[in-house]
Amino acid sequence: MPSIDPGLDTLPKLLIHNAAALGARPAMRHKDLGIWQTWTWSQMLEEIRAFSVGLSELGLKRGDKFTIIGNNRPRLYWAMCAGQALGATPVPVYADAVADEMAYVLAHAEVTLAVVQDQEQVDKIIAVSDRLPHLGPVIYDEPRGLKDYDHTRLTALRDVQSIGRKKLASDPECLRQWEAGVAAGKGGDLSVILYTSGTTGRSKGVMLTYENTIISARNANAFDHLDQNEEVIAYLPLAWVGDYIFSYVQAYAAGYCVNCPETPDTVVQDRREIGTTYAFAPPRVYENVLTLTTVRMADASALKRRMFDFFIAFAGRWGEKILDGEKVPLTVRLIYGIGNLLVYGPLMNQFGLSRIRVAYTAGEAIGPEIFRFWRGVGLNLKQLYGQTEASVYISAQPDGEIHPETVGKASPDVEIKISDSGEVLFRSPGVFAGYYKDPEKTAEVLTPDGWVHTGDAGFFDRKTGQLRIIDRAKDVSHLNDGTVFAPKYIENKLKFFPNIREAVAVGAGRDFVCAMINIDLTAVGSWAERNNVVNAPFQELAAHRRGYEMIARHIDETNRSLSEEEVMAGAQIRRFLILHKELDADDGELTRTQKLRRGHIIDRYSPLVEAFYNGSTEAQIATEVTFEDGHKGVISARLAIRDLKPYPARATTMERAA
Amino acid sequence: MRAPSSRGAALGEVLLAVEDVSLSFGGVRALTGVSFDIRKGEIRAIIGPNGAGKTSMLNVVNGFYQPQSGRITFKGQVRRGMRPYAAAQGGIARTFQNLALFRGMTTLDNILAGRALKMRRGFFWQLLRYGPALQEEVEHRRRVEEIIDFLEIAAIRRIPVGRLPYGLQKRVELGRALAMEPDLLLLDEPMAGMNLEEKEDMSRFIIDVNQQYGTTIALIEHDMGVVMDLSDRVVVLDYGRKIADATPDEVKRDDNVIRAYLGEPHGTST
Repeated sequence: MPSIDPGLDTLPKLLIHNAAALGARPAMRHKDLGIWQTWTWSQMLEEIRAFSVGLSELGLKRGDKFTIIGNNRPRLYWAMCAGQALGATPVPVYADAVADEMAYVLAHAEVTLAVVQDQEQVDKIIAVSDRLPHLGPVIYDEPRGLKDYDHTRLTALRDVQSIGRKKLASDPECLRQWEAGVAAGKGGDLSVILYTSGTTGRSKGVMLTYENTIISARNANAFDHLDQNEEVIAYLPLAWVGDYIFSYVQAYAAGYCVNCPETPDTVVQDRREIGTTYAFAPPRVYENVLTLTTVRMADASALKRRMFDFFIAFAGRWGEKILDGEKVPLTVRLIYGIGNLLVYGPLMNQFGLSRIRVAYTAGEAIGPEIFRFWRGVGLNLKQLYGQTEASVYISAQPDGEIHPETVGKASPDVEIKISDSGEVLFRSPGVFAGYYKDPEKTAEVLTPDGWVHTGDAGFFDRKTGQLRIIDRAKDVSHLNDGTVFAPKYIENKLKFFPNIREAVAVGAGRDFVCAMINIDLTAVGSWAERNNVVNAPFQELAAHRRGYEMIARHIDETNRSLSEEEVMAGAQIRRFLILHKELDADDGELTRTQKLRRGHIIDRYSPLVEAFYNGSTEAQIATEVTFEDGHKGVISARLAIRDLKPYPARATTMERAA
Repeated sequence: MRAPSSRGAALGEVLLAVEDVSLSFGGVRALTGVSFDIRKGEIRAIIGPNGAGKTSMLNVVNGFYQPQSGRITFKGQVRRGMRPYAAAQGGIARTFQNLALFRGMTTLDNILAGRALKMRRGFFWQLLRYGPALQEEVEHRRRVEEIIDFLEIAAIRRIPVGRLPYGLQKRVELGRALAMEPDLLLLDEPMAGMNLEEKEDMSRFIIDVNQQYGTTIALIEHDMGVVMDLSDRVVVLDYGRKIADATPDEVKRDDNVIRAYLGEPHGTST
């Protein structure tokens, strides 16, 4: 285990250290009334100390749990540290949680005090206050709308700070006591409880110690050479481990500056004004920005459009090589330089990415085209794999070793192994201390010798030596010959084609893999228009011969890419059909968050699944549908089934990941 | 710790009194002998079916129309022949049923335009943007930024208003009226053409304006539901006459009002 200086083993200790060592450097900024307000490390220490003493006067003490609810605002981050300085543990809750969810977490964590952003959150707490017997004072940051509320338990955050300042001024012992309280904290103490929104059942409270988070943060800072000169923008939910580590622990460990946006809607403009150097975003952010660019370019003048297309294509060919520092011809560098002047630079600047040194994407698979696009234009975009239970970092891609389909090598001090069933396990200094008040769940996930079950199936890629995640372990099954069948992995590959909106892979307990495809009406419709295929309603378009040919080419390409992967080569798609209707949440085929309900779909379309495996070239299907106005009807269709020739497996050995 | 159960509006002194006002255009009588008052700090609604004379009433209040008879007292002074700019200087701001924004200007500039009456330095100094004029501009900008924050429109600060969706344009217009720091704010159908969510947002802003800035508000509205939740007192007009003047609950039960909105019930009318 890596050791940690006992003088710097908690976040309040780091704060005091930074105030002394980096006193005049900016620690935090917040755009308020259109102007960036800055706090230096020493100013931030003063603010947090006053707040902390105020909280203590309100009764917060060592061992208490308190909650923080709201958007990314400096005073809410200060609240975490202010409470931690007293030995209390913050339990941040998602700002958009409905009152009922919030009540469960606050009651389960036995929260005694709440620091919230505004009236909206106060109202939610009031609505469930009869279910929260432990809850005492409620402190709010923004007074707007709260003037007429009963203030017996309600206090403005600024007033809490004034209470603290008065106490510090009037009682000379107070400062010494507060510092003694900070010094009494230890690295092994519980620093935070983060509730993960489980896909099934009630959320679980992941307990992390100071050591967990500080060692992980230190390692991550060293891995990407982050220091006090970084600028980050804090815009992800406070209750999410990613934000806790990126915007709080790593900032305290490296001494860099965290910028809070004016409002959640102004993040892009605010990022552009600050020029952040280190960034994290889920794939959809990179996707949205790219889509926005493409749409705007479609409206640009012909000359600009041609320039854009030329240089983007050029970047696609050479950009990544230049980014990775490979040798390229001088002329290529020259043209890339011109492209940078005309296209790449302005593009990056537009979205506030000009100064980015390291950008991460994680959480879900990112489309390889999107990934390559950003790297091509010069954004050092990398992937990482993490979990709350790991204090984020399990694996990450080192500079220069970037592959769109992997999630990198084990992070510093992290050990990774793959179980016999194909599940990824890890062991690291960041491993959580357990689920709060739930030893049974803890025992299910955490082995006695310190390994954590991630619940994800994955393997180490032979070519790159990096980890690849294929699916949630519970969704992974096998074909009859024992080949690993990871439906979501295959579906994601298919869905990266713009013409394919949804795909359902079937094959568990069968001889081979088949796929049902949902075309994307917008993309295929526009393709039909451009290619003089009649632009018909969905059902006709879906059944069109040339449409089938196009989708067959996409699947063929998917098969080729599957054949190059030793674990997946046996799971190539042999037969497919195009569905006659869009999969829809109203029909129970998707969840409200647009995720496939695979089991339900396979039941509902069982005649099609049977046809796949009995050799038919056509299948009849009649399904009940719910129209938007609520009335029901039946859509029936005869669907053609196409066969595809699989590629021979490229890899020499056909081993299962072990 | 609990939310206040109702809008506990303590009725203040009379801010504006309309007494026996009649207005006609040629032979058309828009208003006939209308009297009511608006008290300090309240939200006063003026409702009525189409063509009841609501907007005419508002135009009389802010000096756009001159009534043929009747008396209007504002802040204790009887008003005679007031023009709209004089009303604005006197502390009456308004928004319009059909938006009246500078479409090519940004949100920020539109709201800043609302401060024009408050600018004391002359054209020349403002052009130089030096010394006292600069200081003054900083002060005005700060007030405008407070309004932008208040109305949660920071994200559209630099966007030309013409490119904004309708609901947001309405909000910008409210911002411009607020920039005048009015004593009396007249809102002409602030929720017309909005979807439910936009209506809810706008209602919240109207209540917040009233509570936070203590601004007296008179609003015209078509949507009965909105009015009942928002206002302290309601005047109901029909064919240019006042048919009711009471609290929302009383108005809802008033037979005259029900008749005006729903028409005469079949078989019972004489």
